[in-house]
Amino acid sequence: MNTLSVWQLLVLVVRRDLLLAMRRRADVFTTLIFFVMVVSLFPLGVGSEMELLRKMAPGVLWVAALLASMLSLGRLFSADYVDGTLEQMMLAPQSLSILVLGKMIAHWMVSGLPLVLIAPVLGIQFDLSVPAQGVLVLGLLLGTPVLSMIGGIGAALTLGLRGGGVLLSLLVLPLCIPVLIFGTGAVYAISAGLNEAMVSNLALLAAMLMFSLVLTPWVSAQALRISME
Amino acid sequence: MLEVSHLACSRGDHRLFSDLSFVLESGQIMQVQGENGSGKTSLLRTLCGFLSPESGKILWDGTDMRELAEDYFANLLYLGHHNAIKDELSGVENLRISAGLAGIALDDKQAVAALRRMGLKGRERLPTKVLSQGQRRRVALVRLLLGNAKLWVLDEPLAALDVGAVELVQTLIAEHLARQGMVIFTTHQPLEIAGMEMRRLSLS
Amino acid sequence: MAINWFKYSAPSTFYGLAGKLIPWFALPAAVLFVIGLYIGFFIAPTDAVQGEAYRIIFIHVPASILSMFLYLIMAGYAALGLIFNTRLSSMMASAIAPTGALFAFISLWTGALWGKPMWGAWWVWDARLTSELILLFLYFGFISLHASIDDPRRADRAAALLAVVGSVNVPIIYFSVKWWNTLHQGSTIKFTGTSMHVAMQQAMFITLVACWLYAIAVALTRVRSIILERERHTKWVADLAEVKA
Repeated sequence: MNTLSVWQLLVLVVRRDLLLAMRRRADVFTTLIFFVMVVSLFPLGVGSEMELLRKMAPGVLWVAALLASMLSLGRLFSADYVDGTLEQMMLAPQSLSILVLGKMIAHWMVSGLPLVLIAPVLGIQFDLSVPAQGVLVLGLLLGTPVLSMIGGIGAALTLGLRGGGVLLSLLVLPLCIPVLIFGTGAVYAISAGLNEAMVSNLALLAAMLMFSLVLTPWVSAQALRISME
Repeated sequence: MLEVSHLACSRGDHRLFSDLSFVLESGQIMQVQGENGSGKTSLLRTLCGFLSPESGKILWDGTDMRELAEDYFANLLYLGHHNAIKDELSGVENLRISAGLAGIALDDKQAVAALRRMGLKGRERLPTKVLSQGQRRRVALVRLLLGNAKLWVLDEPLAALDVGAVELVQTLIAEHLARQGMVIFTTHQPLEIAGMEMRRLSLS
Repeated sequence: MAINWFKYSAPSTFYGLAGKLIPWFALPAAVLFVIGLYIGFFIAPTDAVQGEAYRIIFIHVPASILSMFLYLIMAGYAALGLIFNTRLSSMMASAIAPTGALFAFISLWTGALWGKPMWGAWWVWDARLTSELILLFLYFGFISLHASIDDPRRADRAAALLAVVGSVNVPIIYFSVKWWNTLHQGSTIKFTGTSMHVAMQQAMFITLVACWLYAIAVALTRVRSIILERERHTKWVADLAEVKA
């Protein structure tokens, strides 16, 4: 019997969560359908004037993505908490942060990546130009992992609490505001022809991604230890 | 060597136990006794680091477990009330994952062999949700066959098991002790290890 | 003279100390507040551009400053409690939170009152007002997380972690909101005239000090009741004169 390296352990956790998600496919689709529905509700609410919709598109898509990722966050740790797997994870001879990072990556692949992939289709509904579409997708690609990671902290803090889902959104949404601002800012900038502003918005998103990648797994691990008591 | 000194633990306002001290040496087994709610599970969870004690220390080979952290966990095998298995996954998949979390790479063949030794022949690849309560517990208990954790912390290991499985667990514990392992456990069923002196710790 | 600080970090001794200190903060707070508002409302001259409406800044500005500082102080106490496991620091953090939220709310409310005569709208998406709104959300998050966890120790630690994460995030949020504001060319509240009249400065400074003293007095009062609630089973609480009566 061989021992596992940190890297192998990370891969194992990601593969495990993806496998579980595949066995419960319905959960993945509900998030995606929710995203599509929320986005499609906006034209019904504000009217079909194309100029207005084009202007609103980045904001609508980003806010919907934010809400959709909140939906699935509650499940990030709760199943493992209920059946005792989380206890075993805390006893892993590797740092808990690595396992948490693995779970965050898997969560993003299941609930963030599909949103990124379907965003161009929804962008067409809002008559976004091709460059704007590209920037929107790039922004979502950089930003949705940050949502999963910041959300992970909230999910860990609210583990096992009653009314956890609503509380989770209350804690996490304010912290996600910068992501929303930079993500939509990039699209507005390209639409206004401000290429430099577009690049700096995306660069800020990338910086936030790096920052979260380094800090959030550790913070979430601490939060999990607090919640296990 | 596990050394517990002056440990105190409370839940909310309620003091469970205080000034608890004992030493567990290699090859020793200790049963934690007490009524429901006397803090047996809390003691075991404190030994695993899930709960932080109100006061007192837990030393592993003379070093505080908080300092050792992962190096201490590598020596620990914990079996709690929950089985830590996923209903959607088969026994083999579950086992390979739980072995992985314990830092052990397990191939398919080894996983099947381990499950068979636990008496789950023919059910290795079924999703565990179709198994009975006792069979699921057996899947969780397979972890006792893997790895070389020195300290076993078992919370009600015999719950939901039939006579055959109880005997098997007793054999596994005896083998573990013969390898100079240590066991600390709670149980409501009689658990006898032939030729071993059973130490008892009463919480009241 | 060396003061033994650790002696006062025990809730039982701090309870008595806080009780003695409260009047020393509460009374000056009330007096200074009256003086500050008197100067602000009756002595300070009318602003050339904004007319009489500007006088709300004597409440708005101190409230905004307090709400931001209190969040950082709260996070500081929370972090102390988290790292050194000192109960009193965690209690201080939860005692400060409602006051901070109150100041954030006052700041928003007075901002809206100020906005109406200035821009003809109760709410403008100005960078500072928006940041203040997000700050209020952060306070709500802290308070509701603390309230939903039954075990006080877990509640303290979980809320503390949230406060620390929040305080790391506050500069990022503030910067991003400013960034958003310039990109969308929103309105910005600017205080007209670079030279404030001396009486305006005095009024602002005095109300600011009054708000600080008030915040300290209220936090001490609240921490006293938190101490009583948490330590209700201990002997020293049972021996207190006010508990016996």
